Amino acid sequence: MSLLHFAVLLPFLYTVFVPLFFKKVPRIHTGWFVLIVPLLLFVYFAAHFPLQSGSTPLFQSFSWIPSLGIRFDLHLDGLSMLFALIITGIGFLVIIYSIYYMSKDREALHNFYIYLLVFMGAMLGIVLSDNLMVLYVFWEATSVSSFLLIAYWYQRKRSRYGAQKAMLITVTGGFAMLLGFLMLGSAAGTFSIREIIGMKEAIVNDSLFIPAMLLVMLGAFTKSAQFPFHIWLPDAMEAPTPISAYLHSATMVKAGVYLIARMTPVFGGHMSWFWIITIVGIVTLFWGAFMAIRQFDLKALLAYSTISQLGLIMSLLGIGSLALHTNYEAQAMLFSGAILAAIFHLFNHSIFKGSLFMVVGILDHETGTRDIRKLGGLLSLMPVSFSLTIIGGLSMAGLPPFSGFLSKEMFFTGVLTAYRHIDQWVILLPIAAWLASVFTFVYCLVFVFKTFTGTYRPERLDKKPHEAPFGMLISPIVLATLVLVIFFFPNLISYSLLEPAMRSILPTLLQPGEVFEVHIQAWHGFNAELIMTIGIVVMGTLLYKTYKKWSDIYYELPRKFDFNHLYDQGLTGAERWSGRITNSYMNGYLHNYLSYIFTFVIVVVGGSFVLQQAFAIDPSTNAIIEWHEYLLAASIAVSAGFVLFVNSRLTSIIGVGAVGYLVSLLFVIFRAPDLALTQLVVETITTALFLLCFYFLPKLKTEIVRVRVKISNLLISIGVGTVFTLVGISAQSTNPFKPISHFFLNSYELSGARNMVNSILVDFRAFDTMLESVVLFTAGIGVYTLIKLRKSRGEKR
Amino acid sequence: MKFSDLILQTAAKVLVFIIMTFSIYILFAGHHNPGGGFIGGLITASALMLLYIAFDAETIQEIIPVDFKIIGAIGVLMALLTGISAVVVDSAFLTQVYKYVDLPLLGKTGIGTALVFDLGVYLAVVGTTMTIIRSISEDM
Repeated sequence: MSLLHFAVLLPFLYTVFVPLFFKKVPRIHTGWFVLIVPLLLFVYFAAHFPLQSGSTPLFQSFSWIPSLGIRFDLHLDGLSMLFALIITGIGFLVIIYSIYYMSKDREALHNFYIYLLVFMGAMLGIVLSDNLMVLYVFWEATSVSSFLLIAYWYQRKRSRYGAQKAMLITVTGGFAMLLGFLMLGSAAGTFSIREIIGMKEAIVNDSLFIPAMLLVMLGAFTKSAQFPFHIWLPDAMEAPTPISAYLHSATMVKAGVYLIARMTPVFGGHMSWFWIITIVGIVTLFWGAFMAIRQFDLKALLAYSTISQLGLIMSLLGIGSLALHTNYEAQAMLFSGAILAAIFHLFNHSIFKGSLFMVVGILDHETGTRDIRKLGGLLSLMPVSFSLTIIGGLSMAGLPPFSGFLSKEMFFTGVLTAYRHIDQWVILLPIAAWLASVFTFVYCLVFVFKTFTGTYRPERLDKKPHEAPFGMLISPIVLATLVLVIFFFPNLISYSLLEPAMRSILPTLLQPGEVFEVHIQAWHGFNAELIMTIGIVVMGTLLYKTYKKWSDIYYELPRKFDFNHLYDQGLTGAERWSGRITNSYMNGYLHNYLSYIFTFVIVVVGGSFVLQQAFAIDPSTNAIIEWHEYLLAASIAVSAGFVLFVNSRLTSIIGVGAVGYLVSLLFVIFRAPDLALTQLVVETITTALFLLCFYFLPKLKTEIVRVRVKISNLLISIGVGTVFTLVGISAQSTNPFKPISHFFLNSYELSGARNMVNSILVDFRAFDTMLESVVLFTAGIGVYTLIKLRKSRGEKR
Repeated sequence: MKFSDLILQTAAKVLVFIIMTFSIYILFAGHHNPGGGFIGGLITASALMLLYIAFDAETIQEIIPVDFKIIGAIGVLMALLTGISAVVVDSAFLTQVYKYVDLPLLGKTGIGTALVFDLGVYLAVVGTTMTIIRSISEDM
């Protein structure tokens, strides 16, 4: 257990104190006490910062379940460092923001901060774990804490719906991922990511390689809201806004991106990895941008925007993975630029999307609505928020002088590189990327200008809007400043943060001692990327101006095309169908259940009997049958048949009794006096009991049973009879073992008894007899209890 | 309806002794001849049932003031304790021992723990059967 382990566990441990602060110090907002956790962690990770410029990642080991190869190993390399800094840094800012956002008098703050801390710890666990199983544990912990946070206002129906949806989708993906991890673990023989990367050549040809790859991707896609699993993210916007800012823009949705980046050294270089991730990413990019324009709720708009931007990062990771492909060794450095673009955009996106969510929270807080149709003309009332929106929004649109511009240009470089070096029809990639960017530009304009410019309509707002308190503005101001700083000084982070992260995604590309060429600059000549950006601005402005004319296409889209519709239909359909299926066979009739059981017996016993070809007749061991034995057998058959065809209960009881006495006669003939005696007495008593019970029942009704049922009953009974007769005959004819009864012949010497049956019952096998007396006694007590309890309950009534 | 059951009652008084004797015989003969605790218990129960049929339940309860549930429980416990007693003297559970001794009146007789066990079975059967029959009859 090292300090690094303690860093991951600190948020979990700290949750213990949160309720204490909330209950004991109600005057001070609980958030102030929680603030120290991300601050400490940020400082701790930042303290390891210089270590990153060298090339020795921090590795700490702790044995958890060694027998299963599960070790709580933590690994702080460039990629983990980038994520850890984002998680703790934005976590710190989000908590400051939430202190002003969440009312300390009305909200259950202890719940809020406990869930938040659990989430933070789990997220740190994901990015630092070296062991796949530990990673999975933390992965599900983020799913669960996110579920709790989305449903924080659990009194609202929409919150519960959103939480359930997010839970179902991310956990489904999580299970798929677990399966993928297990496959990967069995192919490699270890769960350690570092060791798996080390033996990449060995597992590439394993038959489990492709299934593991697909399943791991499924987990990443569901978590990162990739098409078509993106539908949970817009509904997760029912969470409090600090949560949306933290989980659903900066951290949790990037867990999938992290997983893809982390697994690139294992799977990257495989063509299907490249194709699937790139195509899914581009489709998500396009679909998210396209759908964002039609949203009226600002948070839903940002949710679709997040989906779209995650698609962008994902597609860049896909393209970048080609750097590891053997066919493209010559262009490896070009493709590695895509990886740089991905992590750079990931960093940028966390910053500007966090600030945008916070601004939306401010708008919501100060005007009482997030509906874009009600807002407008807030520019003079909320100037600071407007400036923040401009910075965040235009960074998202990819305009200078904001950091989004840099990563957008690098994104275009990435797709153009892919187009130039792979098949011809990859031309679709830059086209789709360009179109998506146009849509991105349009929704950014919608977001900025529909909210702040235009006519101010106070009658539509619940509150009188005014600028937010300073405390609420701190965090978005910090983030927006960072956006500007990154644009003007991108190389502040390029070698300290981005290059080490690149090195951990593409570990095999460099010779030891080498470093990636990471030089980000705003101006790199008059090239295709710049033309694309100018085209976006022109086309986007045009589309924004003519928005009213073409926005009708959104309503022309068939409703069935909507994935939410599909999800809801799927859910209700699954419920309805499982209900129908269960009701169709669990109909409460004992008769049906008996038919199932007996049919099953026929199929299983008879089927295996046929398959094993076990039928055998060997008459040589049979004894000679005497005439009185024939007579007895015939009498038993006649009495049994009699029971079937009589219409009165009492008569059928007599028939059953006759069978019983005849059986005791059989015991006499076959020389079993103990059995005969017992059978005689037991038969008498059961017949008496039957008479007693049935005396009180109504007369047997001539039941009108459908012929089909009768025939099926007949078939089933004949089937069971036949199967067991055949099994009996065959068992009699094949006798592979000698009987052991000769041992009991010595009963007088061994137990001092001449009656062999009795000595078996009370001496050799007394255990059975003992338990049978217990059974009998229990039955007696059962009868007594049933009768007496029923009576006493009746009396109470 | 009141009907005279004098013949039945008189016959029962004689028959019950014969049946009881037979059942005890069956119980003890079980070791060497057909019989044993189970069948012996059932026959005892049938003798008691005859009494119930000939007389009424309250009378029988006065004559034999026992709770048959307790009889059954004692029987099960006896069977169990025979087993446990073997464990106490460091043998396997339910190890039965026997010995032949010369008794003054009966001559050479085998006595053993198996008999105690059989007696337990006997009591369990009597107790259970009578519990069931009495419960049902009281219910009517």
